[in-house]
Amino acid sequence: MESSAAGAPHALLTAGPDARRRKAVNRFMEVVSTAAAVVAVAVLALVVISVVIKAAPAINLKFITSNPQVSPFGVNTGGIANSIVGSLILIGLATAMAVPVGIAIYTTEFAGSRVSTTIRFALDILNGVPTIVTGVFVFGILVLGARQSGWAGAIALAIVELPIVARSAQEVLELVPNSLREAGLALGLRRWRIVLRIVLPTAVGGLITGSVLGVARVAGETAPLLLTSSVFSNLGVTTNPSQAMPNIPITIFTLSESAAPQDHAQAWAASLVLILFVLLLSVTARTFHERSRRRLRG
Amino acid sequence: MIPPSAGDQTEMTKPEPSIQPQALNPAKPRSAHSGTGHGITLEKLNAYYGSQHAIKDVSIKFLANQVTALIGPSGSGKSTVVRCINRMHEEIPGARAEGRVLLDQEDVYGPKVDITAVRRVIGMVFQRPNPFPTMSIFDNVAAGLRLAGQRGNDMRERVHEAIRSVGLWDEVKDRLNSPGVGLSGGQQQRLCIARTVAVEPEVILMDEPASALDPISTLKIEELIDELKERYTIVIVTHNMQQAARVANSTVFMLDGEVIEHDETNKIFTNPSDERTERYVTGKFG
Repeated sequence: MESSAAGAPHALLTAGPDARRRKAVNRFMEVVSTAAAVVAVAVLALVVISVVIKAAPAINLKFITSNPQVSPFGVNTGGIANSIVGSLILIGLATAMAVPVGIAIYTTEFAGSRVSTTIRFALDILNGVPTIVTGVFVFGILVLGARQSGWAGAIALAIVELPIVARSAQEVLELVPNSLREAGLALGLRRWRIVLRIVLPTAVGGLITGSVLGVARVAGETAPLLLTSSVFSNLGVTTNPSQAMPNIPITIFTLSESAAPQDHAQAWAASLVLILFVLLLSVTARTFHERSRRRLRG
Repeated sequence: MIPPSAGDQTEMTKPEPSIQPQALNPAKPRSAHSGTGHGITLEKLNAYYGSQHAIKDVSIKFLANQVTALIGPSGSGKSTVVRCINRMHEEIPGARAEGRVLLDQEDVYGPKVDITAVRRVIGMVFQRPNPFPTMSIFDNVAAGLRLAGQRGNDMRERVHEAIRSVGLWDEVKDRLNSPGVGLSGGQQQRLCIARTVAVEPEVILMDEPASALDPISTLKIEELIDELKERYTIVIVTHNMQQAARVANSTVFMLDGEVIEHDETNKIFTNPSDERTERYVTGKFG
């Protein structure tokens, strides 16, 4: 909010002729920007509060630890343990596949500036592809003619995750001062060694942050999974990625489509689990990030 | 370059001047300091940033175990010259150099020369202290040695020795494992010099090593330079003419990428031959 006051006059002893107008503009901008910030925070608070309130009837330990049990009336009286496990596996696979840090290292440490710019551009485009398109793409290649599977879901998620992680890693690596690379070169260290011993350790906090933010982002992705890992008859825990794997976003979707109010409460509860998971990841990531920034400042 | 004569030197050969041709060959371990230093000769050095011709036909002799200062206004090419000597210049995208840079008789731009070997023989200290932020004081100094595969007591001794040689030992001996970036600016710069000295180079290039430091730290660096020249050939770029006058045996005045005058420091500052040098050292321009 301070920043909007940058243009405010500090007349020496007498106010200039248009000082009153400038003060009014300043005041106005302060109010507008404060209001904007309040709105942003309020929306977040509303979402979280409504999820918590509506999840309250359904959330308990059993909900997290037991598998779904469908009552004779078609209502889930169990929990979502199988979806939690499935989501963790899908996200884990996707993250392992994204191996994006490698690309990022390549682009800033080894590639020429033209290659680097091209890759960066491609990543930005990829980042802008709607996730449903990614889902359809993977559906067309891996699911049509075969069947839905954890692998297909994980690959779709990996495609969503890759540009997020790679771009953030790139930015973090560019934050590492060039003087450190020069110091390494001047000692006769080879480039790969400088990357391993100096650049990566310096940037590790930021790299973890970027990866975690990417993970947090795909944790809630629903569209790609609808097409690749959404039809599962199995109510138990599935650990085999060659079958469709139950997962939290699809479970939320399915439960919320149900006619039974109990299912709606469960959908809210599953949403709460998802939000808490992402929140936990983000907080962890921020902590690492802060630590890394402090280190870079020295 | 003179081709290294194969197999004529066992690892523990006594130091003698004849090892010089092997100095740039990574396969041959260099012997400890022989006392006789190694000079650098630039012959018709030209350097470019893209199409910009930054260094024009520069020929300079940097004598062994002497301090040579490069002075001149901003943009005169002083830093580029030193960066050509250890081949750091070519790390900048689009930059290239032509001509010869001889370490004794060996061209550092020779076809068989290993670029990392060049940089280990010709160490460099930068304008801003740049200790590695994730490393302790000890590890900073050890960074170059670890690369050479040194481990254990031997390496520890050399690290301690390097820290002593820059006069930092008493200040840091109780906290060798705390981060290098926790030191003051002047201490950090001496740490960086220790890091350079630890790998036992023959030549040390200093690119305005004291310009980011306070006067007392500057004085310490200058005293250190005076001690280091016993063992190393030193080339120092400086903006500070008093500094050149205090530390350098000879001084080179550069202007627009050319050497205008190279002479004994005393002569450059009291009785220069070229009118432009005189105008610069008397503060009339630059």
